[in-house]
Amino acid sequence: MSEINRRKFLEGLASTTAGIAIAPGVLLYTTQAKAAVEGVSSAVRWGLLVDANKCSKDCNACVTACSKENGLVDNGRPTTDPQWIRKVDLKDKKTGKETSLPMMCQHCAEPPCVDVCPTGASFKRVDGIVLVDRHICIGCRYCMMACPYKARSFVHEAVTDQKPDIPRGKGTVESCSFCVHRVDQGKSPACVEACAAKEGAMTFGDMNDPKSEISQQLAKYPTTQIRADLGLDLGVRYRGI
Amino acid sequence: MKPVVFKEWKDYTPGNPSDAFFGKLVAVAAVAVVGLLSAWYMEHHGHWVTGMNNQIVWGMPHVFAVFLIVAASGALNIASLGSVFGKTPYKPLARLSGLMAVSLLAGGLAVLVLDLGRPDRLIVAMTSYNFKSIFAWNIFLYTGFMVITGVYLWTMMERKMNSYSKQAGMVAFLWRLALTTGTGLIFGFLVARQGYDAAVFAPLFIAMSFSFGMAIFLLVLSTIYESKAFGDFLMFKMGRLLGLFVAAVLYFTIVQHITNLYAAEHSAVEMFILVDGGIFTALFWIVQVVAGGLVPLGLLFPMGGGLTRGRIQLASMLVIVGGLAQVYIIIIGGQAFPLVLFPGMEVTSSFFDGVVNGYTPSLPEVLLGVGGFGIAGVLLMAGMRAMRILPEDLSDKAIDPHYTE
Amino acid sequence: MGTKGKIRTIIAFFVFVMALAFGGASLVVAADVPQPVTPKGKECVRDAAFMRANHMNLLKHKRDDTVYQGVRSGNDGLKDCVTCHAIPDDHGKPVGADDSRHFCRTCHDYAAVTMDCFQCHTSKPGGVSK
Repeated sequence: MSEINRRKFLEGLASTTAGIAIAPGVLLYTTQAKAAVEGVSSAVRWGLLVDANKCSKDCNACVTACSKENGLVDNGRPTTDPQWIRKVDLKDKKTGKETSLPMMCQHCAEPPCVDVCPTGASFKRVDGIVLVDRHICIGCRYCMMACPYKARSFVHEAVTDQKPDIPRGKGTVESCSFCVHRVDQGKSPACVEACAAKEGAMTFGDMNDPKSEISQQLAKYPTTQIRADLGLDLGVRYRGI
Repeated sequence: MKPVVFKEWKDYTPGNPSDAFFGKLVAVAAVAVVGLLSAWYMEHHGHWVTGMNNQIVWGMPHVFAVFLIVAASGALNIASLGSVFGKTPYKPLARLSGLMAVSLLAGGLAVLVLDLGRPDRLIVAMTSYNFKSIFAWNIFLYTGFMVITGVYLWTMMERKMNSYSKQAGMVAFLWRLALTTGTGLIFGFLVARQGYDAAVFAPLFIAMSFSFGMAIFLLVLSTIYESKAFGDFLMFKMGRLLGLFVAAVLYFTIVQHITNLYAAEHSAVEMFILVDGGIFTALFWIVQVVAGGLVPLGLLFPMGGGLTRGRIQLASMLVIVGGLAQVYIIIIGGQAFPLVLFPGMEVTSSFFDGVVNGYTPSLPEVLLGVGGFGIAGVLLMAGMRAMRILPEDLSDKAIDPHYTE
Repeated sequence: MGTKGKIRTIIAFFVFVMALAFGGASLVVAADVPQPVTPKGKECVRDAAFMRANHMNLLKHKRDDTVYQGVRSGNDGLKDCVTCHAIPDDHGKPVGADDSRHFCRTCHDYAAVTMDCFQCHTSKPGGVSK
């Protein structure tokens, strides 16, 4: 090893070490600066109110919008293809009354999927949105066993050409994210936007803010939480079921 | 009683051709390799090539994995009987019992890990924990069991440590109870599903572990030893014990279903398993209850004629088959029954709401599951060859304290 | 050979291996290092030497900020990397990580380090955060 080479190498070593030492401080600074203007807040609890009276059996707009927004591809295999949102049709066995409604992750305040996840990949953001950190999801599917709403899908095959904001990959579990990438930019989820253009059956907003439309509707009308017996305090509420 | 002489398998060849070990090893290793290849195939293509899907999320690999893990703690029974409960006749088998427990657990865990969506992230499972999860607890229970049983084996095999083997055996016994409780609660803690959500899964799984572990232990012993070296005294003693365990499993199965029937909201899932669930109902009554429970009981506590070695072996095989059926019914049956989201409503959707979910296991996932037995077998055989595990003489003369010529 | 001798041999072997490793490392600086195509912008979010050594730490930090805190601004996310560092193919369209010309691939192939990112994230330019 020549003298110059060795000196270069040592210098490189020194600067690398210094870089690592400096990096956390630098990063911490930038993050804090940003967090002041953006980032989640526990003062907010995102919620969705579905008015099943307005939801028509033939309309599938929310499902289509979700697939488009999140890049969910139909592989023609219904048992393994992911469905973040689905239309469920109900018929009362006694009265014959028919109801149609969209089902998706109910964004529980006490999510069973988060409780059971061995690695902590299933988590709830402080603003109430339940997500999967795919970076540490090992694909054990225990959350799917634990979810009372069948809200989660396992990615059964390789995914290509993902949307830049919606990373998805084989071997991890996923579900409705309330379109968290849109919510963070002040927009409402894709399904809600699509529904507004058709039936207007969905209201999205901050359930902690008494002035928000969703809070006012929740205060005004009787609403239902699905499987309320579990006491999970859902982020998705229904009218008319 | 004479001091017991332990030998490596290579030294133990009474009446066996010299290649018996390697012949058996090759056969067992082939099963393991086929299992590994199946896992590779599943991971390479993604889980859509299996019968598992978004409705039946846990399939055949989990049936075999849970069976093996449950049986693992049961395999330690013989050692516990000797060390903890002071039953001297079982002491010569304690080493084999400990080794088999570790091997079966490793086999079961291998299947579980190889079925993960991201088995490459095993390191994440080892470093990132959510302590609210019973699954995370189980990771510690499983690895802890391996370590503790390893130490227990050491205290048994290292002369200087012999005086500690009773204490080590006690810790191992308590730990295996915790382990099976934890495994049972993986299902017991699932409040969402009608078929689970019951604390009785903990004692049920403990009873199952006693029974499955004993059955496997008996079959392995009768495979390794010829009858001259493995006397009726010990065999019949263990056979009758197996009978007790089978009865315990039947008892807890009855409790499990009776408690569920008592809750009106769970009666539908009970009707499904017990009456009109098709394959699950058939498996429950014919394979689990009759073939895996009542028939073994009849064989092990015979009304007419005495107990025979053949009857014990047949009963052990039936217990294993019945046990696999039982785990299948618990895991697959519990998922096949639709989640009740809207009581009193007819439910339809594009995501199989309100319908009984079908499950057709694919060949690779079955082979992966069976491969777990292969992996356990390879470890067991390697251990038996490398270490002095097998007692040279298990004949009545050596074991039975009241033996007369 | 006594214990002392054994230890001496082991130390000698260790020194030899280390010398090989570091010698090799310093040699490759001059040797055939792949030179990635210079990206569009004038400079990266940090200087090149820092990025070469620490890009994964920056990405990981940003990833956790985004996933858990919803912090989506800044120009230091993976989306920004693949957009700024996009490499056109023969038809002028950006290549994906399945193509060995991809910016990340050129180095990672050389260093034989697996990239996990693109199993889930797109490796092609798309949305850039504001």
